[in-house]
Amino acid sequence: MDSTWSLLIDSIIIAILFLALGQFKTPQIARCGNWTASFALLCAMMVVLVRNTLQEPIVVVLALAVGGAVGWLVARRVTMIQIPAMVAFQHGAGGIAAFLISFVELTRDQSDFRLVEQLSGILGIIIGAATFNGSMVASAKLAGLVRQTPILLPKHNFILVVIVVGLAAFGAFAVFSSGLPLFIASLVLIGLSILLGAVFAIRIGGADMPVLISFLNATAGVAASFCGIIIQNRLLIACGATVAASGSILTHVMCKAMNRTLFKVLVADDLQSIATAPQDQNLITPSLFPTPEPVSQDGTPIDHAVEVIRDSQTVIIIPGYGMALAHAQFEIVKITNWLKQHGKKVRFAIHPVAGRMPGHMHVLLAEADADPEMLFDLPEINSQFQETDLALIVGACDVVNPAAITAKGTPISGMPILAAHEARYVLVCNLDERPGYSGVENPLYHSPKTILLAGNAKDTLNQLLQAFDASFRS
Amino acid sequence: MVNLLLMVSVFAISFIIGYLLISRVPTRLHTPLMSMTNAISAVTILGGVLLFADDTTTFEKWLGASAIALAAFNVVGGFAITDRMLKMFKRKEPHS
Repeated sequence: MDSTWSLLIDSIIIAILFLALGQFKTPQIARCGNWTASFALLCAMMVVLVRNTLQEPIVVVLALAVGGAVGWLVARRVTMIQIPAMVAFQHGAGGIAAFLISFVELTRDQSDFRLVEQLSGILGIIIGAATFNGSMVASAKLAGLVRQTPILLPKHNFILVVIVVGLAAFGAFAVFSSGLPLFIASLVLIGLSILLGAVFAIRIGGADMPVLISFLNATAGVAASFCGIIIQNRLLIACGATVAASGSILTHVMCKAMNRTLFKVLVADDLQSIATAPQDQNLITPSLFPTPEPVSQDGTPIDHAVEVIRDSQTVIIIPGYGMALAHAQFEIVKITNWLKQHGKKVRFAIHPVAGRMPGHMHVLLAEADADPEMLFDLPEINSQFQETDLALIVGACDVVNPAAITAKGTPISGMPILAAHEARYVLVCNLDERPGYSGVENPLYHSPKTILLAGNAKDTLNQLLQAFDASFRS
Repeated sequence: MVNLLLMVSVFAISFIIGYLLISRVPTRLHTPLMSMTNAISAVTILGGVLLFADDTTTFEKWLGASAIALAAFNVVGGFAITDRMLKMFKRKEPHS
């Protein structure tokens, strides 16, 4: 009877959690969903406290208070620019908790486990520790503490294989051992897994970061689930599984947006062999419009830009990671408002992998208070470029690189891109003309219809704003 | 064996229902979604608390307390950041 009740209560808590996920439809309702989810976890905590008597309540309360207070303070302070690094760091905190708990449960004296629990404890240790350090590397990369470009060790794949074989060997040994040998084997597993996390994450960089973060999201969930199996707690298993599902979906969406398989992104892709894009300008020229008058060479690029913008009736803005780096989202929204005041139709085109985590651009633009009605995803807006006067690119490169369509054998070949090249004019506010993260030359930069305003996007946009004011005053 | 079967089915059912619900989340909410599920994955905090349901050695006490503190950091921080993010998405009232 008792177990029936506890099963019922657990089911209710899990149902509340699903209710929370179901509320992620619009931002307003999602906010309520977020609170619902935290309520579900609070209930779960209460249930655990009611069902069990704690031996050291003071230690537990102290640890809860310290961790919670730090978490709250950091959450209050963090800026929206730091969000990707912060989320990655938190994946790591979840991973470390999962492997510590699995470790203690597995090696403590009272434990008398059957094969399944012992196996899941070991998997919990491996996945938790690897998630922990993989997230730390990802977080350091996103925070700019480590070079963002992929770091390739000599014989990288070989090292990975050696670590995995070592993990399999020690894991197999640990499954069938107990007492001191199990303790030592677990420590070795922790060390190897931490190493695995670093070796695994360090070679992923730049535009592949969204995949890595989503993937770590999923593994943190799986680690929690294994942790739940060893302590025989249904709530842990259910919550972990839900997180794993969410991480898997995001990983899949990100991979699809880049037209690459997860395996290629995470393990096998060799970015050293980069083919050059064809320089054939015919491929970039739109068919609908006659080739525009090439932008004249007199005057400064800013003057041309202002001229082109004044003549344009429809504008599509394409933000990329450069916008995040330059903190230029506020300037973009100012320009948007200016354009709208002058009767122009403005929309945003957002590529799924723009930025460093899923939905990154949406958060930044929301911070700057952009009208959500103006934001469009790739499939919705891509056909509109042909009828658009101006594509304004701010800090994006690979996601608008026509070489993805025209060139074969490059890292971005086949990746769906935003068809900025089909617009009548293209205005690029990027730091420089260098290729994006993929290393593939962007032929769009050399098109006669492109005006390139090199420099920090924030400064460039401010110059544009001043130039607008001046041109409309005269 | 019955127990194992139960746990596997809990995992499978949660994964499937979670998958169905989350595949309907619009793109623009993907960052808050990840941030919230991140907080949910810190449900391991329950495991940390449960460690203290039995007697613990000093070593285990330290590990357990660290696990609880880190999970608490993750859970509180995760929900708080998600809330801040979602608050920004709200259309602000025009200044009158």
